[in-house]
Amino acid sequence: MWKWTKIIGNVNQRIFKANYSESKAKTIKACIVGSGPAGFYSAQYILKHLPNSHVDIIEKLPVPFGLVRFGVAPDHPEVKNVINTFTKTAEHPNFRFIGNVSVGTDITLQELRNCYDIVLLAYGANIDAKLNIPGEDKRNVLSAREFVGWYNGQPNLDKLNPDLSGESAVLLGQGNVAVDVARILLSTIDDLRKTDITEHALEALSKSRVKKVYLVGRRGPLQAAFTIKELREMLKLPNVDTNWRSSDFVNVKEQVESLPRPRKRITELMIKSLEENKSNEGNKNFLPIFYRSPLQINGESNVESVDLTITKVVDNKAIPTEDVENIPAQLVCRSIGYKSVCIDDAINFDDKRGMIKNTNGRVLQKDANTPDIGLYVAGWLGTGPTGVILTTMNNAFAVSQTIIDDVHSGAIKCDSTKPGLDPKKYNVVTWSDWEKIDKREIENGKKSNKPREKRLSIEEMMKIVKS
Amino acid sequence: MIRLINSRVVTNLAKQFVNNTSLQSRRKGLDIRTLCTSLPKLQKEEVEVTFVRASGERIKAKGKVGDTLLDVVVNNNIDLDGFGACEGTLTCSTCHLIFSKPDFDKLPEKPSDEELDMLDLAYDLTDTSRLGCQITLSKDLNGLEVKVPATVNDARS
Repeated sequence: MWKWTKIIGNVNQRIFKANYSESKAKTIKACIVGSGPAGFYSAQYILKHLPNSHVDIIEKLPVPFGLVRFGVAPDHPEVKNVINTFTKTAEHPNFRFIGNVSVGTDITLQELRNCYDIVLLAYGANIDAKLNIPGEDKRNVLSAREFVGWYNGQPNLDKLNPDLSGESAVLLGQGNVAVDVARILLSTIDDLRKTDITEHALEALSKSRVKKVYLVGRRGPLQAAFTIKELREMLKLPNVDTNWRSSDFVNVKEQVESLPRPRKRITELMIKSLEENKSNEGNKNFLPIFYRSPLQINGESNVESVDLTITKVVDNKAIPTEDVENIPAQLVCRSIGYKSVCIDDAINFDDKRGMIKNTNGRVLQKDANTPDIGLYVAGWLGTGPTGVILTTMNNAFAVSQTIIDDVHSGAIKCDSTKPGLDPKKYNVVTWSDWEKIDKREIENGKKSNKPREKRLSIEEMMKIVKS
Repeated sequence: MIRLINSRVVTNLAKQFVNNTSLQSRRKGLDIRTLCTSLPKLQKEEVEVTFVRASGERIKAKGKVGDTLLDVVVNNNIDLDGFGACEGTLTCSTCHLIFSKPDFDKLPEKPSDEELDMLDLAYDLTDTSRLGCQITLSKDLNGLEVKVPATVNDARS
């Protein structure tokens, strides 16, 4: 930690000096909507490279960090180390956190733009893509997003009550989110107890009877969407055997040598695990299966099984065949991707792709293909929901550099004195209010040897703020 | 030659127990043993590293034996946006550095599977790529030159 304090401290010093010498320079008021990695990395970059800038982050919830808090798995605390860097950004004198204000509801985009020279939209992708197949509405057919939000304490998802009394769970989709769900379902309860997983999830998982977790992908092993780190973690999970279908790996070995390095290494790892084919008495099973596309979900009111169309891959695409496989399942989670929502009618939104229309982060005008100067988009909202935090970081830096280029070229007129949002008009949660919540959560975690016990509802969070 | 091998063994040992104070003194012992070469002792404890940005800019920095290359970047406040996001916990690839082939081959420890897993996600991956957080400085690395892969910063300014 000390190292990072030092690094940012120096940056601050540099900015103070710059401000002193350019005290007559106009200040630039920027507002970022959303406080996840895209928002915070953009704030960091703009504050550092535009010394006369003031940056506000507006967040819908009373708590910051978006998917770092509500998406990253509780057993991956190292990934959350980015919070230390974000916190240093938040302590910058030209930064304000404006929590508990919802753009599109509490304030319109146009009102916001009237207050700032620059508005950067970075509110991510918070709804899940649907399968649109029969039976999707049966009880215990969940989205991975809901399930993840349930164990990570996302407000309003604590009442999800997934039924974990069946033996077999089917996860539709093979991305890292699906692997996270599989890992949480198959981990020993003692390993989960040490994390910041929510108490209600811990309680439910301790009674779980889930023994088999299927991870279903439409294409083959050479197109597998999970990354190698997440796979290796599954292969090392105590009391869990990973079993593959050898029929999925016909002709795969022959192609390994010609693959690019990352694809080659992950394929080799799958083949090695296939050849080991572990089967230990009493162990749970992680069962990745390929070439299967969801067709329909069966059952009375609760899900009982899933029908999967058998596919073949042609030119990297899954082509359905006539054949169908039925897999019994008492829990189904779809995990086929996220989508963004349009929070304000003034936004040029691509409904089909679930993202904002833009070029290099410059949001395009609604009726023309030219940039709407002063309005930008970063992160999943502008790129689509793929990649790891690193991908979002690079995108946030690139968009922020575009903003800085537009300031330097004079495209953004900063000669007016925009006021910034007046927090007094709203029931705002400030950074020091968040620190109160943070402190309380950490204190409450200590009682059960957890890094933190998250507050589960906005009301509870606001109670701490007002206390 | 024998002395070189010995010093490697000791350096490796020291690396494994880097926080163990008794080994700190063992490392000092190593200094004395190798003092008979031409450089004075003070300089010997420091290791000079040059970071070369994609733009060609060269940044010289000093680290101590036992520091990782991530430590060198942090301790010297080298201005690399986003470098070391996970703080050296092997869960990202933001401290990706590219070595020359001879330097790469000279590194005493080969990358672990976990390091290679993260490198597989890095931009501009090469056959001589490593993560800075996994490279511990030894005297043998004095004068090391590493390339910092292109970032948005370099590519645009």
